[in-house]
Amino acid sequence: MPEQAATLTSQQKTTSRRPAGTLYRGREGMWSWVLHRITGVAIFFFLLVHILDTALVRVSPEAYNAVISSYQTPIMGLGETALVAAIVFHAFNGLRIILIDFWNAKYQKAMFYVVIALWVVTMLAFVPRHLINVFSH
Amino acid sequence: MSTATAETVGAPVVPEEIASFTVTLIIRRYNPEVDAEPHWDDFDVQMYPTDRVLDALHKIKWEQDGSLSFRRSCAHGICGSDAMRINGRNRLACKTLIKDLDITKPVYVEAIKGLPLEKDLIVDMEPFFESFRAVQPFLVANSAPTDGKERIQTVAQRERFDDTTKCILCAACTSSCPVFWTDGQYFGPAAIVNAHRFIFDSRDDNAAVRLDILNDKEGVWRCRTTFNCTEACPRGIQVTQAISEVKQAMLRGTQ
Repeated sequence: MPEQAATLTSQQKTTSRRPAGTLYRGREGMWSWVLHRITGVAIFFFLLVHILDTALVRVSPEAYNAVISSYQTPIMGLGETALVAAIVFHAFNGLRIILIDFWNAKYQKAMFYVVIALWVVTMLAFVPRHLINVFSH
Repeated sequence: MSTATAETVGAPVVPEEIASFTVTLIIRRYNPEVDAEPHWDDFDVQMYPTDRVLDALHKIKWEQDGSLSFRRSCAHGICGSDAMRINGRNRLACKTLIKDLDITKPVYVEAIKGLPLEKDLIVDMEPFFESFRAVQPFLVANSAPTDGKERIQTVAQRERFDDTTKCILCAACTSSCPVFWTDGQYFGPAAIVNAHRFIFDSRDDNAAVRLDILNDKEGVWRCRTTFNCTEACPRGIQVTQAISEVKQAMLRGTQ
């Protein structure tokens, strides 16, 4: 701040600052909730599409096959990776929330890092195998 | 007040070994008579590490801009009137020391969120107190004390709700809750904490009524366990734990 010595009349009104205020700097609990909500909504939209495409088999098996075969692309393969990532986080964090409500809220931070660790382990087991399948065709 | 004391002692200047430094505060201002939107104002103040954010606000109000508006009463963390969002976290201005903040960057100060903004750092606390009143935060006893004098309680019975007796109703918890920001109908952590204080009091006979009030879509079940309230509480109350205990009392009955 070079113009510190200036008088108080020189207070600049900075228009670039977000008028809505600062983002709340919550900790593990808040960010796990944000991730839980985002993954939850994403999984909901996946299930919506999934039920629709599965219901196609009642319309005609050919239409069903056509739709399913259109999913066999590398982009959809990456999408499946994201889907599994979202579901694995949502599942483990869901168990964490159950434990907070029914066991003890004291260990919520530790449990959040356990969730992250379990997520990493599960994804390490899944992602290489899945991507080899996707890109070897 | 500290400057007045220094003058009476007769010290001509501040002793050299106590370093002071310039702190930039960026305060979210709003004057409803002039402004359509809140805006941010910068202030540079000379502070000591042992000063608090409240001292910086006083310095600004008394020496730079008298129109700056904020609430404070006791200034010692008891009355709960100066809760505000400091650097993105809800804190009491009178309990936040300058040395605990990163003063290489400006300090952002704004009003707590989720309650109607009235002016600068002042919000309308009425919706907050309305939720507080709704949980009947007072002793309801249906019988006279056994010996006609006082209601005896064991140490363990008192300990059961000790944590939630510490609340000073500053609204730091309720206004840190993401659920409360978007759903003003939610009772909020503070009201549930004060319900907890009587639900688990062995002398009180109205726990069932309070549990019934909070056993609602906008009651304890709105809690998403983000723990922002627990982090924000200036009295260190385990707010989310208290909410969980009220949830469990509903499922299993009070213990």
